[in-house]
Amino acid sequence: MGSIKNSNLGQAWLVLLLSIVFSVSLTAVHLNLGPVIEENKTKETMKKIPVLVTGKDSSEYAGTFDISSRFINVDKNGITKSYTVYDAFDKDGTVAGHVVKATGQGYGDKIELLLGLDPDGKTITGLFILDQKETPGLGNKIVDDAWRNQYVGKSSDSPLVVVKGKSADENEIDAISGATISSRAVTDIVNSTIADVKPKIMIPASGNKMEKN
Amino acid sequence: MADQPTAIERFINGILPENPVYRQLLGLCPTLAVTNGMKPAITMACSVAFVLLGANIVVSLIRNLLKPHLRIVVFTLTIATFVTIADRFLAAYFFQMSKTLGPYIPLIIVNCLIICRCEVCASKQTVFVAASDAIGQSIGYGLALSSVAAVRELLGTGCLFGVAILPASWPDWVIMVLPPGAFITLGLLLGLVNWIDMKKSGKN
Repeated sequence: MGSIKNSNLGQAWLVLLLSIVFSVSLTAVHLNLGPVIEENKTKETMKKIPVLVTGKDSSEYAGTFDISSRFINVDKNGITKSYTVYDAFDKDGTVAGHVVKATGQGYGDKIELLLGLDPDGKTITGLFILDQKETPGLGNKIVDDAWRNQYVGKSSDSPLVVVKGKSADENEIDAISGATISSRAVTDIVNSTIADVKPKIMIPASGNKMEKN
Repeated sequence: MADQPTAIERFINGILPENPVYRQLLGLCPTLAVTNGMKPAITMACSVAFVLLGANIVVSLIRNLLKPHLRIVVFTLTIATFVTIADRFLAAYFFQMSKTLGPYIPLIIVNCLIICRCEVCASKQTVFVAASDAIGQSIGYGLALSSVAAVRELLGTGCLFGVAILPASWPDWVIMVLPPGAFITLGLLLGLVNWIDMKKSGKN
């Protein structure tokens, strides 16, 4: 009797049982709320696309683009990475720009961002942070307009570099003071996204464009 | 062992006599961080209330099964579960608010107010007492958060809940919505509460 009580299992059974019960209930919560959260993110993405493509305020451009989405799959060391790409079309059907959704590891948790590119994929037209859990007051400044706007207008030909102090060169990004890791994380995501997606950013055949109608 | 307070005493104590912020100085991180407006402050207070109520009830239900040296693990596990539910719920139905509060909702896990109530009350008393303790403490916490937030939002932006209260000529004290404003406000309010307390006890 005493031996059962003193065994590891006798001590820890409540913790184990609670872990199972709590995991099951969290799974149930996630199954119910997960789709709603994804829908919220998609809605926000759709709202941000005109801003990211034009660099202008959303109120000026609401509803003037047709948006279709596609996937770009990239093989990397045998692992297929999939990017969601939103193509924005003007009313006359010409491509106004692309927005790529990308994810990468930040300092705290995964950073999810939207990257706006011009029709040829040569210039960055916008950057928006969809989801982040960086340190409040330091790393979470990656969401600030002033910092994000550094990326706008940068060429996608050479990878961006994070520098401390004043950025001088065309391809340099100022680090947030006290949050170099978060600044690098965002820049790394941007660089690898461009490297992966750029060769395939042009809409493949005109057939694809018809599909959206 | 001394007599434990009853449900009503627990409830009343939580609101003012043992107010989590002004009397116990617990849960100060959110008190400073999310009180630059009434809306985030109220959302935070409601989330804490939900987590505290849930954790107190669960811990109280299993209090006789707890092993003393494993109790903190059980508390943390329980709190983390309720925090995750609150976080997901906000992300699903209050998306913008969830983005504003960012990591502060997940950080409720380390809010010492909740683990303190589990330890002091829920792990020793019945479900009914634990629940009224949670409600009382939550009301006290909500009052404390909104008192700080009201001062900061009013002086910092001239608004309450985003609605303009002070005349447009009010020069917004921007420092009040920035982090230093949180320390200044909390310090002055704490001083005020202590001063009122001293006056009261002086008379008796």
